[in-house]
Amino acid sequence: MLTIRNLKSYYGRMQALKGVSLHVEEGEVVSLIGANGAGKTTLLNSIVGLVSSRTGQILFSDTDIIQRNPRQIIRMGVSLVPEGRQLFAPLTVIENLILGAYQRYRKDKKSEIKSDLEKVFVLFPILKERKSQIAGTLSGGEQQMLAIGRSLMAKPKLILMDEPSMGLAPLITTQIFQIISELHKQGTTILLVEQNAEAALRISSRAYVIETGRVVLQGMSQELLHNQEVRRAYLGREYKEVWE
Amino acid sequence: MSLGSQLLQYLFTGITLGTIYGMVALGFNIIYSSTGIINLAQGEFVMLGGMMMIYLTTIIKLPMVVGFFLSILIVALMGALFERGAIHPLKNPSVITLIIITIAASILFKGGAMFAWGKETFALPAFSGEEPVRVLGATILPQTLWILGIMAATVVFLIFFFGFTLTGKAMRACAANRTAASLVGINVKTMVLLSFALSAAIGATAGIIIAPIALMDYNRGTMLAVKGFSVAVLGGLGSNVGAVVAGFIIGIMESLGAGFISSGYKDAIALVVLLLVLFIKPGGLLGSKEKGEFKKF
Repeated sequence: MLTIRNLKSYYGRMQALKGVSLHVEEGEVVSLIGANGAGKTTLLNSIVGLVSSRTGQILFSDTDIIQRNPRQIIRMGVSLVPEGRQLFAPLTVIENLILGAYQRYRKDKKSEIKSDLEKVFVLFPILKERKSQIAGTLSGGEQQMLAIGRSLMAKPKLILMDEPSMGLAPLITTQIFQIISELHKQGTTILLVEQNAEAALRISSRAYVIETGRVVLQGMSQELLHNQEVRRAYLGREYKEVWE
Repeated sequence: MSLGSQLLQYLFTGITLGTIYGMVALGFNIIYSSTGIINLAQGEFVMLGGMMMIYLTTIIKLPMVVGFFLSILIVALMGALFERGAIHPLKNPSVITLIIITIAASILFKGGAMFAWGKETFALPAFSGEEPVRVLGATILPQTLWILGIMAATVVFLIFFFGFTLTGKAMRACAANRTAASLVGINVKTMVLLSFALSAAIGATAGIIIAPIALMDYNRGTMLAVKGFSVAVLGGLGSNVGAVVAGFIIGIMESLGAGFISSGYKDAIALVVLLLVLFIKPGGLLGSKEKGEFKKF
């Protein structure tokens, strides 16, 4: 569904991605783990076109989207749940959700959008309860749910999630990950970026490890969970104490 | 005239003035909310609206209703053209650059109007009748009622547009979070264009309805912009309810000041209020403190 070949991205003169290649098959959950500043967010932002100075190849359903702008890419069926949620804070919950379907209003039937809204409410009953509340006043977990809900309203073929567990209490994090696996069961394709490597590896089938703008390791998530290097660097396990 | 009816008279005048200031402030707010720009050419839209109406109805002799809507349309197009010509082509401009561009535009509009219509002051006949209505010893011009009515209609329209239409919601979304707006597929640049056209249209409306009582010339815009800006700041930049309320406050203060102190100080009052607000409560009456902290201006 998504194939990236030799993607290089730049912020001004600084090169943030130094030739990343990866692919995501239909129906798969693939996670991307790595430390702060490794280029995970840059990668997602490059896919949707928010980082526009990029070279290489990004094939989505066999179409190269590297020249397209975010609006065109979103219309093709890629949806980003951005880092830090990026809600329309002064707008209500329902307005946020409706705007999630903004680019569909011209081509899709209103009833279809409405039934998708109901589906989001089934997935997140709390959002239905709070639908007239101002989005900025929701708790962190609810805001994350709204961000996911808003991206689902675009009826995406591929969802990119950037650190959905960031800044959330452990209990809420578990809940968010349950929702992600629920979405997976429904057949949604997800590329998941996470610092919480353990949780990400448990719900994904494959994973890539990214370091300073390069993919340094890839494989089945189960294997990576038991990989010595990954355990030491990202899972905080088997840390050898060094005595001089 | 007794003191009571005199007070009432000043009150009516103040409300009329306040409505106009409020409408100018609404124009400021629309552009400010969607772009962060203070459009200093806002007063010129008011002037252009009035002048265009006078030109279309007294010189070309179109019917009032046609002239009214046509003037608004023409000025809205000018607003859109201004955005496309001067704001849109810039890549990553700073807000201060954009504001300076609006000053240039304001001078250009003013010069253009002087070139087209000359320096004289023009009058526009009232929409319906010149015969003042007597209320408790004070008088109201029928035009005042038109002004109030059209203001109310504009506010209702804005509430409907921003609250209930997808485009209106998309414009608010742009104001709230541009990145997120482009992530859901909103064309941010189109929304900016729309906000310029809309605020030009509202400015033009204000210019048209005030022309019969205040007359109009090429130079009328600047002072209206200053007053409207004071009102927008007093009400809290970006707050539409604030703009209406603050419009009445400044309008009434101005007419009381002119009546009881001296009409020479009339124009100073709005500026004194502006300074006081900026010293004491920069967020404005209805602007929230937190929001104020994120504002660049």
